[in-house]
Amino acid sequence: MSLIAPPASANRTGAPQTLLDTSLRVETPEGIDLLLRPAGLVPRALAFSIDLAIRGAILLMLYIALGLLGELGAGLGAILLFLVTWWYMVLFEVLNQGRSPGKMLLGLRVIHDDGTPVGWAASLTRNLLRFVDMLPFGYTLGILSCLNNPAFKRLGDMAAGTLVVYRDLPAVTCELPQEAAEPSPIALSRDEQRAIIAFAERQSSLSSARREELANILAGPLGIPAEQAVTRLNGIARGLLT
Amino acid sequence: MKQAAFEKRHQASWQRFARQLTALERGKLSGKDCQSFASDYRLICQQQALAEARGYSNQLIERLQQLTLRGHQQFYRHRSHLGARLIAFLLGGFPQLVRSQWRFVLAAALCFYGGLLLMGLLVYLVPELVYSVMDPAQVQSMESMYDPDASRLGRFAERGSSEDWAMFGYYIMNNIGIAFQTFASGLLFGLGSLFFLMFNGLLIGAVAGHLSQIGYGETFWSFVVGHGAFELNAIVLAGAAGLQLGWALLAPGRHTRSEALRLAAQLAIRLLCGAALFLLIAAFVEAYWSSMTYTGAAVKYAVGAGLWLLVLAYLGFAGRGAHAPD
Repeated sequence: MSLIAPPASANRTGAPQTLLDTSLRVETPEGIDLLLRPAGLVPRALAFSIDLAIRGAILLMLYIALGLLGELGAGLGAILLFLVTWWYMVLFEVLNQGRSPGKMLLGLRVIHDDGTPVGWAASLTRNLLRFVDMLPFGYTLGILSCLNNPAFKRLGDMAAGTLVVYRDLPAVTCELPQEAAEPSPIALSRDEQRAIIAFAERQSSLSSARREELANILAGPLGIPAEQAVTRLNGIARGLLT
Repeated sequence: MKQAAFEKRHQASWQRFARQLTALERGKLSGKDCQSFASDYRLICQQQALAEARGYSNQLIERLQQLTLRGHQQFYRHRSHLGARLIAFLLGGFPQLVRSQWRFVLAAALCFYGGLLLMGLLVYLVPELVYSVMDPAQVQSMESMYDPDASRLGRFAERGSSEDWAMFGYYIMNNIGIAFQTFASGLLFGLGSLFFLMFNGLLIGAVAGHLSQIGYGETFWSFVVGHGAFELNAIVLAGAAGLQLGWALLAPGRHTRSEALRLAAQLAIRLLCGAALFLLIAAFVEAYWSSMTYTGAAVKYAVGAGLWLLVLAYLGFAGRGAHAPD
């Protein structure tokens, strides 16, 4: 889940930044990069199934309620059926920050390619073209297109210029291990500093054997004894931060 | 500056900004409360850039990234005054768009009306041909709908006038659904749109030819002429929008295929919205005017001709003035 920053060397040489994961970078007018994390096939399919179930339930209730109304009910029912089949997704996406109920449960949202919230035209395009994504049966075209695209876009997304991304999670803050701060024995570059800080921050999620294994890699270059490597690295990290 | 000092100095402003964002996302903030939002947002952007440049920890950068992403979502929108744009679209934008895409509209019209006329003539001359596109039960129900002895016409004819509502709903559902299908299937290199245009043209042509041939012509034509002006042209426009998508894939020009598709879809979706409005009008006319029988056939034909002229004049001339609404 951690967003590993791109190596700074890529910045220096001006080469395009390539990430190991599927994150996309969008530069904003303020000159910073937004990191977007497109959602893959499985969470999107799950979100769609939830929406499908909700729509089914709505239609069933309408059918029962409007059946009591008779002829007026038949007309209203036809209009509501039309609204639910063609407009359910569009209304939710535009009026609810890009989230239909299914997407909300799965923590997804729809946005434009440039990171702005999805609008009427784009949402309508992507949801009308859903009809083609469903062809020839069971979303075959949509699935093929989704698996074949670096940003997991189905055909409707390509035409509308939209993306389905994970919603930002609340940040988890974990405390650094309590070690006495100490200076690094050698001068560290910016990337090396960040690697050491990241090691200290991620420690609670690693087993002790893995922790030692990772720290031992650095023991040689830093010139510290292998058995103290973990403690010393934590100390250096604290020294960098405070 | 060390990271701890940096965090300590700005912690309070980040928390305030996060609270403001939460309120904005729930739509609970009025204009007055957001006066400092733009400057706060830019400040956080600057702090994020600073944190990245100074090599602060991932945790801090991630936290700032989340704040800027959420701020960006609130700050930048593809949005403008919906009502004003809708009126401008109706007064000039839509007919202008139709004229600028005349190649696709012409192709769709030829396909649809060509199929309709051809099939109508064939069925009129060789009556058995109607069974090549419809099964006998469908033909039977069509005949009962347009029986000259019936008091009300069209689908739902056997019921009384209190069900105009039911008819209205049914027409909207059925016709706009067909228009949406015709549009969306254009993504299959235009083939789907061509198929639906042809298919609907042939079907309507067969019905028209068959009913004229068995002597129900007057009830049928006086019924359809009014709303047909809107309904048939709307299907043609939806097909044209679909063909536009297909053409963008077949001949993307100087763009990549996906880029060409995205650009074409922006125009096509507006064309489709116009077609949907036409269908809405058509449903009104069909439910509340076409189905009445107490006006004579002559009145129906006159009104129908007027509506056809109105639609063609609207598509041909609206929005041509020097001060066309933009």
